[in-house]
Amino acid sequence: MGRWNPFRLNGRIRALMLAVVLGVVILAVYAAGILIPQDAVGTDFIQAKQPPSWQHLFGTDNLGRDILMRTLKGMSVSVTVGIAASCISAVAGILIGIAAAAGSRFLDGAVSWLIDLMMGIPHTVLIILISFAMGRGLRGLLAGIAATHWTSLARLIRGEVMQLRGQQYVMISRRMGKSGGWILRHHLLPHLAPQFLTGLILMFPHAILHEASISFLGYGLPPEQPAVGIILAESMTYLSSGMWWMAVFPGMVLVLMVWLIDRLGENLRRVIDPYSAQE
Amino acid sequence: MKNAAGRAALRFLKNCIRILSLLLAVSIISFALVSASPVDPVQQYIMKIGPVSAEQRAAIEAYWGMDKPPTVRYISWLDALVHGDFGISLLYRRPVIDIIAERFGNSLALMLCAWVFSGIIGFSLGCVMGMHRGKWQDKIIRRICYLLSSVPAFWLGLILLLLFSVKLGWFPVGFSTPIGMLDSEVGIWQRLYHLALPALTLTLVSFSNIALHTRQKMIDVMNSAYVLFARARGEGGWTLFVRHGLRNTILPALTLQFASFAELFGGSVLAENVFSYPGLGSAVSAAGLGSDVPLLLGITLFSTLFVCAGNMIANLLYGIIDPKMH
Repeated sequence: MGRWNPFRLNGRIRALMLAVVLGVVILAVYAAGILIPQDAVGTDFIQAKQPPSWQHLFGTDNLGRDILMRTLKGMSVSVTVGIAASCISAVAGILIGIAAAAGSRFLDGAVSWLIDLMMGIPHTVLIILISFAMGRGLRGLLAGIAATHWTSLARLIRGEVMQLRGQQYVMISRRMGKSGGWILRHHLLPHLAPQFLTGLILMFPHAILHEASISFLGYGLPPEQPAVGIILAESMTYLSSGMWWMAVFPGMVLVLMVWLIDRLGENLRRVIDPYSAQE
Repeated sequence: MKNAAGRAALRFLKNCIRILSLLLAVSIISFALVSASPVDPVQQYIMKIGPVSAEQRAAIEAYWGMDKPPTVRYISWLDALVHGDFGISLLYRRPVIDIIAERFGNSLALMLCAWVFSGIIGFSLGCVMGMHRGKWQDKIIRRICYLLSSVPAFWLGLILLLLFSVKLGWFPVGFSTPIGMLDSEVGIWQRLYHLALPALTLTLVSFSNIALHTRQKMIDVMNSAYVLFARARGEGGWTLFVRHGLRNTILPALTLQFASFAELFGGSVLAENVFSYPGLGSAVSAAGLGSDVPLLLGITLFSTLFVCAGNMIANLLYGIIDPKMH
């Protein structure tokens, strides 16, 4: 233990600061996508197929649309889909997890069977099927991603509740005649909240990656909507004609965004994890 | 010993029943989903064969059983499935089972390559990270793993395509058999040559998961009392790694690798589409886009069988590693 130094922060504070910075960056990209006017991504045939320049940082596509603007707009759509799908999925996950652990043995078995079922179908195939069933478009995409991502969180929550149920303070509460709902609200949920939050945030990157992949395959969002997956699918046609910027830059923004959210989740988990206080 | 063998057989049997029940459920769910679809398969079919009269349309509907309720259709479909008849693909005009058999061979080659390489690379890197925890090797490899796990398979495929096919011209842009050649004329080298880029893509996106898990496992092993005792006896370096680290981490890594068939298949769908590789993955997305319902259902069931087989092997392995699971 050296002398206290205000510039040498401990892991928790560093993680927290990093989390705040990452959160601000993600929000900025999201806001930029919403604030960009529609005519900034309009077609302009004079400017078509231009390589990156100061005027068009990411270059322009085959119809003369600015790729940077399209990418930002696409990212904000992706973030919206990601947030909505992972929120639905996380709430489903916590409810199913609690039900499995606190309910009857039969229910537990049924949930574990359901999780096996969801893990048995490759997610990409299931999302394709759900998109097909709902006639493609945003709704099918959302439903597909929400339906496939809850399993790991449900498993985690189930394990956690199982363990909490055996704790002495929970048993004492029960002996003192507290109802199941009271125990859930006062003992279980406060314990589960951090797990829920980090589970939710760590679901984002997966949801966004799936959204991009399914849009890339041609399901999901309509071609007019500038989702990153759609820009990249369009870029496939122009790869051999040397328009490398159409594929490289939007993908880089996507990777950056996914990576930032993933790091945000990991850092938040480190802040919330009580053991990290000792670092 | 006889008792243990009996228990293992019983577990295997239980797993088989579970897989059967899962397959049945998947068949019900997928059938319900395609039935609920607003896409009308009869309309799709008619659009392909040209204009037909109302009577002809009704005849097609009756021939396909579209005038019956979904439950009746489901039961007759299931009955045909049990007899090995998956129906005729609308896109390829051939029995679905033939298409699956032919394309699964291609996909299997691709997935097997990626599975083996990502396993070896991921495990080795995980060991390096775990043995050098907190040092520069650990930090650099860990960052690379985090970054690679954020990269979508299709984009990595695009970048590799740009680099090796368009820029350097080392590889052709797609197709596992050269155009204008019969499938039987294609040699093994030609196949490997067309397999290289998709397999590389799939390997690169798959190994970070196993590397990070192996790292964690290795750190747990290195912090254990028996490693402390081994160190006290004077073991270290390579001997310590082989005697304690390797032996305790290789089975969990193998289990995880078997349990990752679903991600592998999902990744191959994307990689095959980017490189237009004629496997199951490119067939399933084409089937969905072309409203080829029999093919879509067939591949869904088949991929579920594939993933469940992997999960079952993982479960059995897990039982071997952890005797408490019995």
